[in-house]
Amino acid sequence: MEQLYGIFLYAVFLLTMGGIYAVLTLGLNIQWGFTGLFNAGVAGFFAVGAYTSAFLTTAASERHLGGFSLPAGAGMAAAMVASALIAWGVARICIRLRSDYLAIATLGIAEILRLVLKNETWATNGARGVSLIPKPFEHLPEPWNQIAMLMLVFAIVLVLYGLLERARRAPWGRVMSAIRENEAAARAAGKDVEKLRVEAFILGGAVMGLGGALMAHHIKFIDPNMAEPVSATFLVWVMLVIGGSANNRGAILGALLVWTIWSTTEIITTRLPTEWALKAAYLRIFLVGLALQFILQRYPGGIFRERRLRTSPTVSNPGRGSHP
Amino acid sequence: MIEFVNFHLIPGLVLGSIYALGAIGVTLTFGILRFANFAHGETMTLGAYLTLTLVLLTGWHALLFLPVALALTALVVLGMDRLFFRPLRHAPTIILVIASFGLMLMVRSLIQVFWGTELQGFSKGIVLPWVLFDSLRIFPKHVIIVGSALALMLAVHVLLRHTRTGKAMRAMSDSPELARLTGIDTERVVRATWIVGACLAAAAGIFLAYDSHVETLMGFKMLLPVFASALLGGLGRPYGAMAGGLVIGMVEELSTYAWIGTEPLLPPGYKAGVAFAIMVAILIWRPSGLFRGRVF
Repeated sequence: MEQLYGIFLYAVFLLTMGGIYAVLTLGLNIQWGFTGLFNAGVAGFFAVGAYTSAFLTTAASERHLGGFSLPAGAGMAAAMVASALIAWGVARICIRLRSDYLAIATLGIAEILRLVLKNETWATNGARGVSLIPKPFEHLPEPWNQIAMLMLVFAIVLVLYGLLERARRAPWGRVMSAIRENEAAARAAGKDVEKLRVEAFILGGAVMGLGGALMAHHIKFIDPNMAEPVSATFLVWVMLVIGGSANNRGAILGALLVWTIWSTTEIITTRLPTEWALKAAYLRIFLVGLALQFILQRYPGGIFRERRLRTSPTVSNPGRGSHP
Repeated sequence: MIEFVNFHLIPGLVLGSIYALGAIGVTLTFGILRFANFAHGETMTLGAYLTLTLVLLTGWHALLFLPVALALTALVVLGMDRLFFRPLRHAPTIILVIASFGLMLMVRSLIQVFWGTELQGFSKGIVLPWVLFDSLRIFPKHVIIVGSALALMLAVHVLLRHTRTGKAMRAMSDSPELARLTGIDTERVVRATWIVGACLAAAAGIFLAYDSHVETLMGFKMLLPVFASALLGGLGRPYGAMAGGLVIGMVEELSTYAWIGTEPLLPPGYKAGVAFAIMVAILIWRPSGLFRGRVF
């Protein structure tokens, strides 16, 4: 019975993390999936959101900035605003860049941000990170606090899904895919391509910031290593590509699927003798990379392909990612 | 003043020549295959680790294995191209970038599995520098690194200017369609590009390891400075990449000198940020680079 209860708690924790990754993946889907903006700095927006919320909701401390003991909801809202502001700044300078240049620039900016978080010890407590971040519902009795957190995360995922699906069908979403498919044509049709791209980048950044804030509250701790390119940026990319770019259901499913595989294999690797455990942990990254290559080569559309809006019966589109 | 030369100017020159070697590979791949290869940093790490293995097996000097390590790295990179890049040759560029991003982590994790993550070195013990004019200190290894890097760059120059393969590479970089029409075997040129890029990357990794140590993140730490160097020189411009590498390496080392007052101009913790900052600035204000590279 005790063991079953343990498994149940683990499943709740796993799903909560999967849900938080789904938020991050939905954010990337707005940028990459809909608008075709290659953001290789997911970790940066994640970190901005996580630290903002952490500063606002923790109790006062000499180790880091903030300490306003605000409720978690206010922290999350502020996290979205802060990430949106950063995204606005990044977009202002980088949005005109071609895809690979944008990838390099965003990766660089995220790395600079990580350096700042690590070096400015007076503000962020440096590599030791910010701890004692309050978790919503933590005053509830044991299983219920975890379940309530899971419900909160899933409610947020559902609301985001609903809003993004609406945006996708709306003229706004249709212009976004037009820009992605054929920028020149969108421009010729009189659309302000740059402005719309900036909008998509900001919206995606804000959603990623929310994901970061949720993560900080869920784990109750944040340090610069959590904004490292492997665990934050790469994993989110794999989730989106495997689930299906430009498909919100694909983004959510991809996040849950990849996270389940990622963390259940961790159980196996941590049971190995220490010498092997470390190696197996790296082997895990290799296998996830291999899965990504397989999907890219064999199923470039991911599990759920993009669902095209019916525009005219004569147009048949093979879908993005498929190639001759 | 002499402190400036010993601790900033000479290390800047050494780092700059290492970056230059890495940047040539990035710029060639960009010119001919038309994508930013994120796995390039890991190629440098691989070169260093292959050399380390040979050194540990035989106990000989690391630089004796330079040709072997370069050849082995080139073989591995050709294998990577066959398995992961060739199937995507006609896919949109961005799919190749995602594939190279994935490959970067795959290569790094395999290196971590095989060699572990501890810092290791090619040799133990300390070599004392030569002291000239009572205060100028020059380490023999720095002379070897800069000299070998210059020799390799000269070899690239000869290859590009005076061999058929090199001319075909330049032709394909200028216009792949025209190159194909004139009967150039484009797959052969692609292979040649990978071989040249991999050899130079491996050499960069080995020199960096020879100067300091071997670690699994060394390639990733070099990746962004190397991208910055290639961009600064103008993408697709090998000579630009050489100059760009030297500039970025110098600026990184000089940024921590006490230009104003006695404090370092930039706290050493931010040294790695200098290259990113230059890179972002180039991307925004002069995407064609200093040497009028192409904006793809």
